[in-house]
Amino acid sequence: MTAKLTNAQIAWRAAQDIPDGAYVNLGIGFPEMVAKFKPDGREVIYHTENGILDFGEAPPAGEEDWDLINAGKKAVTLNPGASFFHHADSFSMVRGGHLDVAILGAYEVAENGDLANWSTGPGSVPAVGGAMDLVHGAKNVVVITDHVTKKGEPKLVKACSLPLTGVGCVTKVYSSLAVIDIVDRHFVLREKLPGMSLEELQAVTGGKLVVDGNVGDLIVPEL
Amino acid sequence: MDKIYPSIEDALSGIKDGMVVMIGGFGGAGAPIELIHALVESYKKTGSPGRLTVVNNNAGNGAVGIAAMIYAGMVAKMVCSFPRSSDPRAFTEKYLAGQIELELVPQGTLAERIRAGGAGIPAFYTPTSFGTQLAEGKPVEEFEGRKYVQERWLKADVAIIKAELADRKGNLTYNKAARNFAPLMAMAARTTIVQASRIVEPGEIDPEHVVTPGIFIDRIVEVPNPQQEEALLREGAK
Repeated sequence: MTAKLTNAQIAWRAAQDIPDGAYVNLGIGFPEMVAKFKPDGREVIYHTENGILDFGEAPPAGEEDWDLINAGKKAVTLNPGASFFHHADSFSMVRGGHLDVAILGAYEVAENGDLANWSTGPGSVPAVGGAMDLVHGAKNVVVITDHVTKKGEPKLVKACSLPLTGVGCVTKVYSSLAVIDIVDRHFVLREKLPGMSLEELQAVTGGKLVVDGNVGDLIVPEL
Repeated sequence: MDKIYPSIEDALSGIKDGMVVMIGGFGGAGAPIELIHALVESYKKTGSPGRLTVVNNNAGNGAVGIAAMIYAGMVAKMVCSFPRSSDPRAFTEKYLAGQIELELVPQGTLAERIRAGGAGIPAFYTPTSFGTQLAEGKPVEEFEGRKYVQERWLKADVAIIKAELADRKGNLTYNKAARNFAPLMAMAARTTIVQASRIVEPGEIDPEHVVTPGIFIDRIVEVPNPQQEEALLREGAK
């Protein structure tokens, strides 16, 4: 079995593709890590659903202002040029198609772009937050995820079995093994770990991997 | 015109059993803690107002704010997007025991439903939730080749919100991201009650900087140095 990327390496890879000047929403948890790996020289403006554009890093411990938080309810700071707005304006930025990139986690992504990332089914308290809005707003809806579950089951599947967050919404997946575009309801393989054959990758992928042109090597730094 | 009330109790008068109450705040930012706790005290003393439907993004954290309302037993239903928090026991226990109802609404849809309620728009279409469990039973229409779900306005009997500055005419500013749902809820409620950290003279808030115009505001009470829910929780409030 070939090694796989760490979460930090997946986040690093995703960060390399965020263009200069992009307006970006990072989902709560793992996706927040992408901000750490923004390439130097690019200016990226981060949006948070609770009503801030252009927030910065977390303040030092003890200097938090709990009226200045992100959607994950973590304390943040402001960059020069930041702004505050109410929730309807915030989600107008989302639903109105004004965000360039939204980066989310996933339980399952289907080859047609369906995403399941909000509910593991009955038995717990359901909570959706802004996930269902975000998947319909950004021009690019990007998923970063382990390629398989902790039990080794594929997370990139033919059809989602868990409750959907959105239909046909995901445009790109950065996994621990590969970079995949979703084009015309297919997983189109763009990069894979160099030590891994297409057959090995297909064996841990639920949907069919389509090769359309060159498949690059997925190479990331030690992190 | 003077919308200023002398005390929290006066400002909250008339909130009755079974009402729909919108409460500002996202997590701890913007939660009108003093107004909420006064409602809890009233319920503990008099048994009213009970059986409330509470609209907020969340469903309480720890044992303060909305969680205190839920623990006290005065909330029959929550309308929210994310009934989880670092300590969601108040809601979770009652929900799993079938003692509190939940209407789960995607966050942007929740904001827009409240805005629509305040703007006199009974329904609207959004792409959010199309094809998911949360769209079941709702009308779907296609516009420009894409499917959209019909959502209805959300209105309230009362909104209670927290502002930074207020003048007697009801013009408001907020503190940073504590703004969140407050300007929307102020529009969507028949009576909007504000706790403001400082009351200033009309004109002291530059008209260019007024965030919520006074027309949406009914009652104001000054609460200097208000408690902040997240800060309270981190201090270990019980």
